[in-house]
Amino acid sequence: MRVMAQMGMVMNLDKCIGCHTCSVTCKQAWTNRSGVEYVWFNNVETRPGQGYPRTYEDQEKWRGGWQVGRNGKLRLRTGSRLKRLLTIFSSPVQPSINDYYEPWTYDYETLTNAPVQEHTPVAQPRSLLTNKPMTIEWSANWDDNLGGAPELTQEDPVLKRISAEIKEKFEQTYMFYLPRICEHCINPSCAASCPSGAIYKREEDGIVLVDQDRCRGWRQCVTGCPYKKVYFNHRTGKAEKCTFCFPRVEVGIPTVCSETCVGRLRYIGIVLYDADRVLEAASTPGDQDLYMAQRSIILDPHDPQVVRAAEEAGISRDWIDSAQRSPIYALINRFEVALPLHPEYRTMPMVWYIPPLSPVVDALTETGHDGEDAGNIFGAIESLRIPVEYLAELFTAGDTNLVTGVLKKLGAMRSYMRDLNLGRPADESIAAAVGMTGRDIEDMHRLLAIAKYDERYVIPTIHAEQGPEREEFDTGCSLDYDEGPGMGGWGPFGETSGGSTPIAVENFHMLAARQTSDTMAAPGDKAQRVNLLNWDGKGAPEGLFPTRPEESAALHRPDGGGVGEDSPAVTEPKP
Amino acid sequence: MNAVDILLWVVVPYVSLAIFVVGHYWRYKYDKFGWTTRSSQLYERRLLRWGSPLFHFGILFVLVGHVMGLGIPKSWTEAVGLSEGAYHALAIGVGAIAGIGTLVGLAILIYRRRTVGPVFSATTRNDKLMYLVLTLTILFGMSNTVLGAVGHEGVDYRDTVSPWFRSIFYFNPQPELMTEAGLGFQLHALSALVLFAIWPFTRLVHVFSAPLGYFTRPYIVYRSRDRQLGNRPTPRGWDRVGGGRR
Repeated sequence: MRVMAQMGMVMNLDKCIGCHTCSVTCKQAWTNRSGVEYVWFNNVETRPGQGYPRTYEDQEKWRGGWQVGRNGKLRLRTGSRLKRLLTIFSSPVQPSINDYYEPWTYDYETLTNAPVQEHTPVAQPRSLLTNKPMTIEWSANWDDNLGGAPELTQEDPVLKRISAEIKEKFEQTYMFYLPRICEHCINPSCAASCPSGAIYKREEDGIVLVDQDRCRGWRQCVTGCPYKKVYFNHRTGKAEKCTFCFPRVEVGIPTVCSETCVGRLRYIGIVLYDADRVLEAASTPGDQDLYMAQRSIILDPHDPQVVRAAEEAGISRDWIDSAQRSPIYALINRFEVALPLHPEYRTMPMVWYIPPLSPVVDALTETGHDGEDAGNIFGAIESLRIPVEYLAELFTAGDTNLVTGVLKKLGAMRSYMRDLNLGRPADESIAAAVGMTGRDIEDMHRLLAIAKYDERYVIPTIHAEQGPEREEFDTGCSLDYDEGPGMGGWGPFGETSGGSTPIAVENFHMLAARQTSDTMAAPGDKAQRVNLLNWDGKGAPEGLFPTRPEESAALHRPDGGGVGEDSPAVTEPKP
Repeated sequence: MNAVDILLWVVVPYVSLAIFVVGHYWRYKYDKFGWTTRSSQLYERRLLRWGSPLFHFGILFVLVGHVMGLGIPKSWTEAVGLSEGAYHALAIGVGAIAGIGTLVGLAILIYRRRTVGPVFSATTRNDKLMYLVLTLTILFGMSNTVLGAVGHEGVDYRDTVSPWFRSIFYFNPQPELMTEAGLGFQLHALSALVLFAIWPFTRLVHVFSAPLGYFTRPYIVYRSRDRQLGNRPTPRGWDRVGGGRR
């Protein structure tokens, strides 16, 4: 047994309202640079739908992930190492920009520069790749909320696996959102595809990262990842991917997508797993057995033997403690309600999902039945085959029993807790019907419905004595760096050359550029204005309003009663 | 032999090769982040699918040809019984195929670079200069092969260019050999030397990251934070105790 710790996430899809806040804040934090305009480390897909990039789940086409060869050995779906190197000059199945979408901006300048004319000027879309006017035809969430259905949803690879009769009815019955980030797989196929060895898994927490200094832009990882969560920065020629916000997680705060999630549906924690059995589990012959195989390598952190092995492996006491309190472990292995996304890709993904029950309850309520009565819910889950089959294709490689089981647990929780909330006696038989106890259900309810911040996020920090060993350490001044503020400029090869810039420095430069740019956002008299963030709301300090012409003249008259250095601040707000 | 000959066939080669070597060392030390293929496959796939493999495999064969032609003395091939005529037939046959592949590939790639909007926008001035020198070098080289094939030029490069090239590495340069080589070979050699001089500063550096290590490394790379010491060297006073993890 070789115990390793792995950072993981679980998303409770019942709570996702598809607001895209996670996507937007993630983009602001990580991919608001040129070269990655089209990149969303976090994106929210409407299912059924094509996803982003389009139809990425069709592995017959995109050849991502692993498969078991005829000899029973695990191999990458793209073939042997030799084959990959021979096709390196033109990767056969790499998605092109149109499979994502061509990024654009709008020609806002026209709005202010246009001459007087009969019609209102329009800000035309401009391609961010060519700077030419373009027609917007697709985006990262073009089919949001079933937009374009049923035509567009017909292309959904998951839907295509379900029978034709079901497809017809589908969009009338069921829709849910699927937020996706990098899965930080235990058996990452992107890392295995990388010819340069630039993609690595951190030993301490299993976060998968791209070493920007070692990446040579062979772009095999883009093909290798079945979730298409490694992206090619077309400006720097390097691969980039979700970092699990390692600078945040290292100091114990959740990722940006989790922190800003309005529905509070994300859970972060670590699990301990047995690294020696990963290959064996990933090589499990049957696709539908992979879910259990992955669960079996996740170790029980309360087991004294596991604790001892973890300590021997150098995992510190507080990490073991975090593993014991981990919501991820609880949802995966105690309550057994979280399911992996596409276990059949055999990458052992570590972002799991609690399948959504709400659509079932809604459908039930619409028919006039009590949507939260245990008997009704159980019956409905059985009879509403459509959503269950779809969910099974997503989360269990098609095993509908597993999905039904999870949905029943969620339904049982609703019924059981409703009795408690209405002051009725608890009905242990509801819990027993799904193989749980009332205590389990209450614990699960606390985690899923109450969802306290410190129970959703149990993130062990790296230790102070490791400060300087972090990817980017903040025990010193984060701007105290060679190319840092004041050091000025880029190297002779432009902005994409030289050593990699710490994120803090990059953000500093961007902020500085924004603050000093000669645009509407930075008017000439900026220096005289008041920063509203520093304003305590009392009175009207000088510069809160632009000066009027006569006043500014008065200011310069010696007798003018203007605001001098020693005169009291104007306290009356101006009209 | 005059000063110009010495300049062209002694000074320029040494300067060029020195820049080549030192330039690569410097670029690698300074600019690992900029060391990439800068693939444009994301923008365009159809033309690249033909142009890129044609060019790259072509130029790899051309490279092998040059290693043989420049690196192996005539006396050696004759010693193993390969006659002059047979050698030339082989060299010109394989060379022409590889050369045509390279040229066709290059033509497709340049056409693509000019006509596909995003690819053109992503082309830097540095790239354009590199393309110019590279194309010239290949064109001169190809014309030498073609002229040699039709028996136009009566110069055997293995008696002139090759010994001169090797003499540079013996540190016993023999510029007089190049003066006899004929204009075609001279132009090819000169443009190649210019190419070598700009090489470390262009995207051509990706040649030296050919990922041969991929065959021997394990699939999944694990790295500890301990070994990756972040962006900066560990400050004094932060040395690890015992070097253990966590």
